[in-house]
Amino acid sequence: MKQIYCRPESLKDNANSYCPGCGHGIVHRLIAEIIDELGVREKTIGIAPVGCAVFAYDYWNFDVTEAPHGRPPAVACAVKRVLPDRVVFTYQGDGDLASIGTNEIIHSANRSDNITVIFINNANYGMTGGQMAPTTLPGMRTTTTQNGRDVKVSGYPVRVCELLATLEGTRYLERVMVTDPANINKAKRAIKKAFQAQLDGKGFSLVEVLSPCPVNWGKVPLESLKFVKEEMAKYFKLGVIKDETV
Amino acid sequence: MKGNEAIAEAAILAGCSFYAGYPITPQNQIPEYMSWRMPEAGGSFIQAESELAAINMVLGASVAGARAMTSSSSPGISLKQEGISYMAGMELPAFIVNMQRGGPGLGNIQGSQADYFQSVKGGGHGDYRLLTFSPSTVQEAADLTAEAFYLADKYRNPALLLSDGILGQMIEPVEFSENKFPKLPPKDYILDGCKGRNPRSLFSLMMGPGVLEKHNFKLAAKYAKIEAEVRKFEEYKLEDAEVVVIANGIIGRISKGAANLLRKDGIKCGVFRPITLWPFPYAEIKAAAANAKNVLVVEQNMGQMVEDVRLALLDDSKVSFLGRPGGGCPFPEEIAGKVREIIK
Repeated sequence: MKQIYCRPESLKDNANSYCPGCGHGIVHRLIAEIIDELGVREKTIGIAPVGCAVFAYDYWNFDVTEAPHGRPPAVACAVKRVLPDRVVFTYQGDGDLASIGTNEIIHSANRSDNITVIFINNANYGMTGGQMAPTTLPGMRTTTTQNGRDVKVSGYPVRVCELLATLEGTRYLERVMVTDPANINKAKRAIKKAFQAQLDGKGFSLVEVLSPCPVNWGKVPLESLKFVKEEMAKYFKLGVIKDETV
Repeated sequence: MKGNEAIAEAAILAGCSFYAGYPITPQNQIPEYMSWRMPEAGGSFIQAESELAAINMVLGASVAGARAMTSSSSPGISLKQEGISYMAGMELPAFIVNMQRGGPGLGNIQGSQADYFQSVKGGGHGDYRLLTFSPSTVQEAADLTAEAFYLADKYRNPALLLSDGILGQMIEPVEFSENKFPKLPPKDYILDGCKGRNPRSLFSLMMGPGVLEKHNFKLAAKYAKIEAEVRKFEEYKLEDAEVVVIANGIIGRISKGAANLLRKDGIKCGVFRPITLWPFPYAEIKAAAANAKNVLVVEQNMGQMVEDVRLALLDDSKVSFLGRPGGGCPFPEEIAGKVREIIK
């Protein structure tokens, strides 16, 4: 019998710590599939964030280091300079990348560090229990915006791809969502392209993944998927924001 | 050579292949020198967007196996405490230079020793220790730089050169010695891709029951080993000393001048100069002061290392203190005058 589906070699056979309906598991698997398909598992170094994905080294079957909150791009920049022929990527959430690590991501992008950034946008701080993130939508309830995000008090959601697109150093920026098979396939194509850009020496690439967080949103998984599609994707427009890889 | 430049060159000769830093006075000659010298030596130089980024770049370079360093001055070193704590927890070697300036806050740009507590009592969060070296000459700064890289790798722990704005700007002759340290085994913890081996990970988050406590016990055992194996100090005219001046770095050097002035007048004064501030030479200080009637601790702060001297002696009665904070610096005459006052 022909085997058409199995665990990627780049994914360990460990139970993960993610909540039911969370998008992290999907994106972890996509990355593992892509690393396998590109044949780069033995030369990949992943940088895990602080947040729900901090234990990523328990799930991926290649070298992974932890980094302080928000600093994965600085760590990745150095790993890549020391080992330029390795594949180096960061995996960061919205608090990590778009709040405490804004400086690091902007300057990594501006240097056009030849790295790949996978940015998970689930509009809240998941690990710490669902506080407001820089990407929390106006009116959205979190544990620190209990009556909904008031833009007069807390400002507006940060559109990371659009912000980074103004920088000369960014080569490839795309926003995707992991809500259904068609969109998951699109997400995979985008993430693969971002890794390929690094292999081709193009410079800085980032894929923003709109991802559900049912437990902290107080929604069941199906409602959460609907929220990503109907609410998040309205504010954070899907598609290629910038592509200078050709 | 200027102190700052000598440290940079010594780092290159010690095999440092990665530097990241952010401008701050009075250490700018280090990144300026590194900006051309490091690429010439085949390494990487990055002017980082902040001290936070710089120390985390050093963390990344160390993850990848490079001998890596950063340098800064007091306010910038405060920002680097995050990465220092993480590297201590992850057991990553690194070399950090603090050319101290006056504080607290933005302070000024004169030499200072006000970051003693920050360096040897924690600085960053968590239960860790930082190898800390205090040079008193440009030559010693260069020599300690080479040794700090070696010891950082040997013990998988960050190491700090705690100097000051005076030594950084001072021009003195310096000879760069051949690398005299034993060869270390290959680094079996670095992340360079899992070709031919199982994947590795580096982390400091340890959430399971008792896991972090076990890690802290392991670190403590390492620190105890370092304390037993690494202790550097200089003893100057202590054989017959009735007064012992204890001072580190540039103040230790100035104190030797004071001892010479006093000896001309028949006052038997010697100097004990700790070179490693952690590990601190407690036992050696106790021995050095055993036969002295008086001990004077001199610092460019309002009393930090003096607390460790008191711990070493467990006898407060003969300890006096002279402090010049905020960039103040005593001449030998001032130190000699203080000695005359306390022996009256």
